[in-house]
Amino acid sequence: MSVALHSRAPAFRETPTGRALGRFLGNRPAVAGFVVLAVLVGTILLGPTLLGLSPNAIDLLALNKPPSAKHWLGTDGVGRDVFARLLEGGRISLSVAIGAVSISLVIGFLMGALAAFGGKLVDAVIMRIVDLAMTLPPIVLLLVLASITGPGIGPTILVIALLSWPILARLARARLLELRERDFVLAARNMGAGTWHLVLRHGLPNTLDVLVVYATLQIANAVLLEAGLSFLGLGVPPPDASWGNMLNGARSVLVLEQFPWQWLTPGAALVVTVMATNFVGDGLRDAFDPRSDIG
Amino acid sequence: MSAPSPLVEVRGLTKHFGGGGLFGGSKVVRAVDDVTFTIRRGQVVGLVGESGSGKTTVGRTILRLIDPTGGKVVYDGTDIAGLSASALRPWRKRMQYIFQDPYASLSQRMTVGDILSEGLDIQGVGTRAERLDRAAMALDAVELPREALARYPHEFSGGQRQRIGIARALTLEPEFIVADEPVSALDVSIQAQIVNLLRDLQARTGQTMLLISHDLSVIEFLADTVVVLYLGRVMEAGPSEAVYTAPRHPYTQALLSAVPSTVPGEKRQRTVLKGDIPSPLSPPSGCVFRTRCPIATAECAGTVPALQGVGTDHQAACLKL
Repeated sequence: MSVALHSRAPAFRETPTGRALGRFLGNRPAVAGFVVLAVLVGTILLGPTLLGLSPNAIDLLALNKPPSAKHWLGTDGVGRDVFARLLEGGRISLSVAIGAVSISLVIGFLMGALAAFGGKLVDAVIMRIVDLAMTLPPIVLLLVLASITGPGIGPTILVIALLSWPILARLARARLLELRERDFVLAARNMGAGTWHLVLRHGLPNTLDVLVVYATLQIANAVLLEAGLSFLGLGVPPPDASWGNMLNGARSVLVLEQFPWQWLTPGAALVVTVMATNFVGDGLRDAFDPRSDIG
Repeated sequence: MSAPSPLVEVRGLTKHFGGGGLFGGSKVVRAVDDVTFTIRRGQVVGLVGESGSGKTTVGRTILRLIDPTGGKVVYDGTDIAGLSASALRPWRKRMQYIFQDPYASLSQRMTVGDILSEGLDIQGVGTRAERLDRAAMALDAVELPREALARYPHEFSGGQRQRIGIARALTLEPEFIVADEPVSALDVSIQAQIVNLLRDLQARTGQTMLLISHDLSVIEFLADTVVVLYLGRVMEAGPSEAVYTAPRHPYTQALLSAVPSTVPGEKRQRTVLKGDIPSPLSPPSGCVFRTRCPIATAECAGTVPALQGVGTDHQAACLKL
């Protein structure tokens, strides 16, 4: 297995990262997921300019019209182009997910580092907060937070970020606690390194694999959370488009039965994105695990 | 000739691990108990003892990698055992540590150049170019090619990695180095190279060194003074020559009788110790060595023997002297 993998994967510089990249490229679902995501993001970013249709432009002559040459994926109940809204919704959904995960990465890593290096008392306090945050049912927490902040893109990012950081803090803490006792960290301490130096020069590079894997999987989760919140009317408010509120706008029986293009497309986009992201995340996890070479 | 002035004076150094757990009842490990010795400038002091005798703990506590439970470490006139982390920082660059394991002690995510210049970076010495320059000089000193700067630790063998570890300790130009079992993780053929390298470096720079080892021949070859540790206590301390030719403590005598002779056909009287080193969780009362001592009597269980002079700078802790 290992021989076959090496002959398939290009010869990267034999660094830990190089070896991980080689393993990732040898994982077909992960590469496929990555390609799908790249195409998706490319379309979302470039599509609106190529299409030349505004997501909020109303075509009164085309209400609830099926796909046509002019409106590739049809129109919705007030005559807006579904494809344009799909692209706009993807832009917002993915921005919300990436923004939320980035914020939770920063909070989670810093809290984990603080717990690992801040001494027993700080560790105990932070870990109890994490326990508390993790025992609360996420949907309830989400609803309470969302009803406090109100709907909107910014608050949605914040709500999802606040929900995601505790697990990250745990992961970072576990890795950093182990790292703290390693000889090369002791060496740095012996040369007078302060906590910041230890966390940034040794902690971050050696925690990056855990963080990247978790963040990727969490992006898929965040896209779903955003869709759920928006579906309930607590996420991204109309007229802004998101995949969640497109689904929300299409929930009447009439729409479900008569105008399937209005809900099939955002639903499909959601499923494809989440699946592709999860494949990439799984691939990254296997790639960063040195034991996966043995298999 | 007067003896050089002391650089490091270890006074009653004690380190207990554990105790005071959340649910109580956790037992105290007496890793180091009331250890006292002096390291003079330019000297190499060898710290010998078997596994679990507290050698590494003594070394790490002196450098404050571990906080002591009690006692003093007087470094160049200042007790550094009680200094805060920030007050300690300027002292850090004067003393460095060489690790036993050449694999665990180098970060695999950093290039050798980054590893070697890290200490200078932390201490804010020079520009990046100057730091790399000093890293290159440290590589010269340990006889590795300068090309190594851009490479990663896993591209090197164990012996080469140990050289990198030694080079890292040298970049800050410390006056005092603690070398913790610097050769015991290496092949015998490589051991000799590293031992010679350490001796040459020490002779050239005149650095003061605390050499921790369980290998009596390594200590004999490098050290001026020997401190014999057993279960966290000093059994015997003195000039190498005196300790090796006329050991006074029964433990030292047993250790030395176990060293294979280099003279063919020589018959030695072997003192074979019974059993293993007792658990530091519950060390024997009185003299900690009495459970394995060939000459122990009832009174050894009652009194903790103090170190007493048995020759010039030569001390041993035994009631039977």
